[in-house]
Amino acid sequence: MKALQIIETAYRATIEEQDDTVVWFTHAMRGAGAELAVVLRAGAVNYALPGQDASGLAFGDWRQTQPPRIAGDVAALLGRGVPVYVVTEDLRIRGLAEAPLVDGVKCISDEQLPKLVEEYDHVWSW
Amino acid sequence: MRERKTLTFLLMDPPYESARTTTAFRVLQVAAQRGYDIKVFAYEGAVALSFAQQTAHANAVHGRDAETEHHPLPKDWIAALMRDATANGGRIDWVNCGLCVDERGVGAAIEGVRRGSPADFWKLATDSDNTLVIPTRG
Repeated sequence: MKALQIIETAYRATIEEQDDTVVWFTHAMRGAGAELAVVLRAGAVNYALPGQDASGLAFGDWRQTQPPRIAGDVAALLGRGVPVYVVTEDLRIRGLAEAPLVDGVKCISDEQLPKLVEEYDHVWSW
Repeated sequence: MRERKTLTFLLMDPPYESARTTTAFRVLQVAAQRGYDIKVFAYEGAVALSFAQQTAHANAVHGRDAETEHHPLPKDWIAALMRDATANGGRIDWVNCGLCVDERGVGAAIEGVRRGSPADFWKLATDSDNTLVIPTRG
């Protein structure tokens, strides 16, 4: 069985969780042998951009020592054999068409997306 | 004789935050009434749906005491759906994401709910006829 994870809800509680919960979920399933791929669309295209820095959160004398490193988590997914795609149109409308992406992330157009979907037994949209 | 389907659902919204929860339970109800083998993986805030210490309250605005108000508790919905599924020849296997439970302190779940991990979700989905993910939005 192969499943395609489409992530479009971005930065939902990522500070508290120290990651994106769907990216994390994908990592955990991959660790259990799941065959998966990820599509980043809508606001989640930003996950493919390196150089993000979410550090520095502090409340009183409490300091967050391990901020989320989502681009690193995306890169790690690629390192574990999970293809990661980012929707070109969603990059463009956010002014990110020329932005550098995490190495290995592939661009895919809205037009190409249905063909990719057909390659998977399940499509889970988050 | 109708084939018994196996369906997996992933729920993510916490109780009392989204109409998606009620809608999801309506779908579960139909599956339960058809005697389907139902698997539910509760992820993130949805693990609180089965929290045993949920307590109904009175509602002064409505002018009703707790008994008359009969405030809905998701844990009671789950228990009722489990009974309904069993009565119709099916069952509900409800799995809470263990880490999500721990970080929220909602380990006291109602009877019939077990802990699991994303690996369990993958297995449930693999063994099912179909799987529906209902994520939190916004």
